[in-house]
Amino acid sequence: MGMTIAEKILAKAGGVKTVSPGEIAVVTVGTAVFLDMNFLPESWREVLKVADPDKVVVVLDHLAPANEPQTASAHRRAREFVRRFGIKRFHDIGYDQGISHVVVADNAYALPGTVLVNPDSHTCGGGAFNCAARGVGLPETLFAVTTGRTWFRVGETVRYELSGKLKPGVSAKDVFLTMAGRFGAHVNQNIEYGGAGMRTLSINARRTLAIMGAELSAEFVIFEPDETLLTYVRERNKAPFEPALPDPDARYKETRALDLGAIEPLVALPDSVIQNSVPVGEVAGQKIDQAFIGSCANGTLDDFAAAAKVVKGKRVAKGVRLIVTPGSQSIYRAALKAGYVETLVEAGAVVTAATCGACFGGHMGVLGADEVCITASTRNFKGRMGDPSARIFMASPATVAASALAGEIVSAANYFAGDLA
Amino acid sequence: MIEAKLWKFGDDINTDLMLPASVQARSEAEQARAVFLANRPGWVDEMKPGDAIVAGRNFGMGSNRPAARSLRNIGVSFLLAESINGLFFRNSVNYGLLALECPGCAEAFAEGDRAAFDPEAWRVTNLRSGAALAPLPIPERLLALMRAGGIYPVMEKEGLIAPKAR
Repeated sequence: MGMTIAEKILAKAGGVKTVSPGEIAVVTVGTAVFLDMNFLPESWREVLKVADPDKVVVVLDHLAPANEPQTASAHRRAREFVRRFGIKRFHDIGYDQGISHVVVADNAYALPGTVLVNPDSHTCGGGAFNCAARGVGLPETLFAVTTGRTWFRVGETVRYELSGKLKPGVSAKDVFLTMAGRFGAHVNQNIEYGGAGMRTLSINARRTLAIMGAELSAEFVIFEPDETLLTYVRERNKAPFEPALPDPDARYKETRALDLGAIEPLVALPDSVIQNSVPVGEVAGQKIDQAFIGSCANGTLDDFAAAAKVVKGKRVAKGVRLIVTPGSQSIYRAALKAGYVETLVEAGAVVTAATCGACFGGHMGVLGADEVCITASTRNFKGRMGDPSARIFMASPATVAASALAGEIVSAANYFAGDLA
Repeated sequence: MIEAKLWKFGDDINTDLMLPASVQARSEAEQARAVFLANRPGWVDEMKPGDAIVAGRNFGMGSNRPAARSLRNIGVSFLLAESINGLFFRNSVNYGLLALECPGCAEAFAEGDRAAFDPEAWRVTNLRSGAALAPLPIPERLLALMRAGGIYPVMEKEGLIAPKAR
């Protein structure tokens, strides 16, 4: 019986010929990542041995730079840990810092055909790189770092066969909102992306889609490898790797066709993204207090480009805050060089340092009681970005930027009207 | 046999509701006080250690934050749900929360019912109605971790992590 991409990677990492849904696969971990939050005193457990320091990555991201003394002490504990075990891939505040999943992407740490673990739920973003990447929580990451192993319940795989090409002004976020609205949650299932349409998506667009797989409650979210991906990885990571393709007779729970050319911009209503998205027009006119573009899902250079295109030469509406957070300092520098940061700041946006920040209600953009926010980030759960009475709509960076200018939710279509598909 | 009074929750209960970001840097005790603060304020005072939860689909969706630890710390004796998010299930194993996927449970149990879970017979019974359901199987080694305080005690014994300073 043929295997899907996820099954093939797990079988290889487990040193067995095959794995199939329902089994527990015990595997060797290729890369394990820790974050700043893991080093908080109530969470961290003192590690006595590390199986292979070269397989470990440590990133300060959720509350960086530190927002309070407690966080600062977690950052210090992280520095002590990397020093004690000689961990080279440490991303401290400064030049090469960012959100862990973005740092993993910037440096191509998620190698095709391998297994990567990180406590954080959005780790599945590494699947854009044909990597079986999965959020496993802190205890399991500690287990993986100390023993070099972990386990997975092998889930069934749903394959998305993408065709066509996104229209101008339509983004990967809209693809996700379409999937969440049409197909709902994928609990205990893997998602596999392939098809000619997949190859039209930029690496950044694939990353957005892979990250948002966490919001579909998927296990692994894995893209087929193509030349674009392999070139991207080889330019950033010299380590050898072997990408994984699905077997021709792989068994899928279901195969679903999705025409990218038919996707329209959507908005998810507050509290959930599952079967909760509507065309932008249906919520147009909804007043907002804050607009946010950032997180591991939407802090890419593509997202900066879309936001800058919309706000160029204009000004954010009075009484509205537009907060833009790059996914990494490397993206920040690229956005500076491209002129996007200047355009955004001239329009009245606040461009912050790279951090998870406002996405999880941590710092730099926390919402107050009864406020309304439209966000291009990962989650719109009740209370996610601050006070539980705040209402959070979710949309693409273009829709968020256009709404910030209008002071209410509006379509961004006009800003892309002259663009060629 | 584990007997418990049930509290009922709906579908898609996420971990932000169990452990809001505002207390993530606080002590375990403070985190435990904040369980379901946004969707069911006051619940942590109403429930008693030993009570259990019955819920709908995709319980524990969202963030990896140690929400299973908070449920364990307030004394939730077991969790029954139509389905459990993969990451939350793993944290339940590793933090020692007995978490059972039990199709049909949202229909078979009402708030305030008493349930009896028999690990030997692998059956959960509604002591009011007599209805009995079989949870989905859990591999023996994972079940053993869930019932014996999670992965940390094992890692301490194997010399992988230091015992927690108290």
